[in-house]
Amino acid sequence: MELLGYYNYWVFAILLVIGLYTVIAKGNLIKKLLGLSIFQSAVFLMYITMNKVEGGTAPIILKGATDQIFSNPLPQVLILTAIVVGVSTTAVGLAIVVRIKETYGSIEEHQIFEADQTP
Amino acid sequence: MIIFFAVFLLTLLVITAIAIVRTENLFVAVMLTSIFSLLMAANFFILDAADVALTEAAIGAGVTTVIFLSALSLTAERERSQTTAKWLTIGVVSVTALVLMYATFDKPLLGDPNAPVHQHVAPWYLENTPILIDIPNVVTAVLSSFRGYDTLGEVFVVFAACIGVLFLLSAGNGIKAEDETPKSQGLRHHLIPKVVGRLLVPFIVLFGLYVQFHGEYGPGGGFQAGAIIATAFILHALLEGERAALAAMPRAALLGMAVAGAMLYGMVGVVCIALGGNFLDYSVLHSNPVIGQQIGIIVIEAGVGITVCGALLSIFHAFTSRRGLN
Amino acid sequence: MIDLILDGLSWGLLMLGSGFVVVGGIGALRLPSFYTRMHAASLTDTMGTILILAGIILQAGLSLAAIKLFAILIFLLLTGPTATYALANAALLSGVKPELDCDESEEPLKK
Repeated sequence: MELLGYYNYWVFAILLVIGLYTVIAKGNLIKKLLGLSIFQSAVFLMYITMNKVEGGTAPIILKGATDQIFSNPLPQVLILTAIVVGVSTTAVGLAIVVRIKETYGSIEEHQIFEADQTP
Repeated sequence: MIIFFAVFLLTLLVITAIAIVRTENLFVAVMLTSIFSLLMAANFFILDAADVALTEAAIGAGVTTVIFLSALSLTAERERSQTTAKWLTIGVVSVTALVLMYATFDKPLLGDPNAPVHQHVAPWYLENTPILIDIPNVVTAVLSSFRGYDTLGEVFVVFAACIGVLFLLSAGNGIKAEDETPKSQGLRHHLIPKVVGRLLVPFIVLFGLYVQFHGEYGPGGGFQAGAIIATAFILHALLEGERAALAAMPRAALLGMAVAGAMLYGMVGVVCIALGGNFLDYSVLHSNPVIGQQIGIIVIEAGVGITVCGALLSIFHAFTSRRGLN
Repeated sequence: MIDLILDGLSWGLLMLGSGFVVVGGIGALRLPSFYTRMHAASLTDTMGTILILAGIILQAGLSLAAIKLFAILIFLLLTGPTATYALANAALLSGVKPELDCDESEEPLKK
């Protein structure tokens, strides 16, 4: 039963390598960006897993109630920043892909390499 | 009991991720990414991270999907590549996965209250938020006040991304006044989505404003509110067409919003210096330091919301007004 | 006593709603063509949503949370069928034809 406590971390490892495989092995540029976003989400999952305290609730302090157990607020702050930064880099990446398509006529990596090598 | 539900959701996440990798139709892959973000938001909520779940649902499942779809309409729809060095890559990533899984056995179990991450700074934040800042939502207090400098950097990153996308996509290829193609008139002939959409847009904006100003009392805050209000305007743009949406909120206004929010945040810091404290030390804004902190938090959250809304809408309009080469 | 009745009623509504969601999921997998599959998926949108949210409202009692849940129900009932309509309309406009029972290109009563 205690192995289920590690399940989050195993899912994090599996999602990380799925994202990494997509970035490395797939040739389509938009697929690579989707793989990058899976990779980022896996890292968020690991951080938020670390913030849970058993028996705790979300860290919102209600007035007058004493002796509440809260989950850790600090990883949530870091991941809030990370999510917004992630969407910013995805937007810039997609803008670059659109310009590549207009210049080279394709978003497949091998076709772009061939177009670059023919002078 | 809830652990089984969490295990089920995590398994669904892995299955969705594998489906994203294996499908060839990019449209299907983007839809699956949206489902993936929603499942991730549900997972965050089970792990007691309410703010992060709201942000992931609004930004990940909402705005990212729209931006991917508008980029897809300008590029290709199917993936036609060959996978390079497939078995070597699978070997390398499998070894990486096994090494990571071996390393996770040293980590503390899920929910262990004696884990090192719960020991040093977090109890200090949880104890001192009622004393120093006196707002119920600790995450907003840490984000805006204790770690306000990081949030300033984040606002500048969003602003820089908006400027980057505008540089890349607005260079000389926008819609001219005489290019009124039927596509750019929006859903002119579809009555039901137009009626329902027009009914919903004011309520979405209202909900966005509610999330903005209740960020101190519950999950919420500037980022989520900016994304939700941007979603309302994107819905309006999808229904009425690009020209009507740009007439309602012109590009100059959106860029002005992105700039104004970031400057508002910076000016609060400078005003704090002018009044005698450190940069972004809100205690000097009022004679009572606790009230000063609350004033500072409200103003900078407004700045964050304005910047995120303006930046996301600028990015959306930059993508949709680009004429693709077909 | 009334608490027990409310609890049992909310259990029944939640179970029934989950049953409709499962039926909708099976239909979305097993039905033959696009329009029939969307018909099954819209079952989740309407019956599943109403029953599950009604069950949760009974659990919440009479409080602010119940009003918020009711607002969510209204919102989902407005947007779910609209999304289904938009999807079906888009499919029809892009050429996905519904499978009809009789084939009109054959001559009638041909043996």
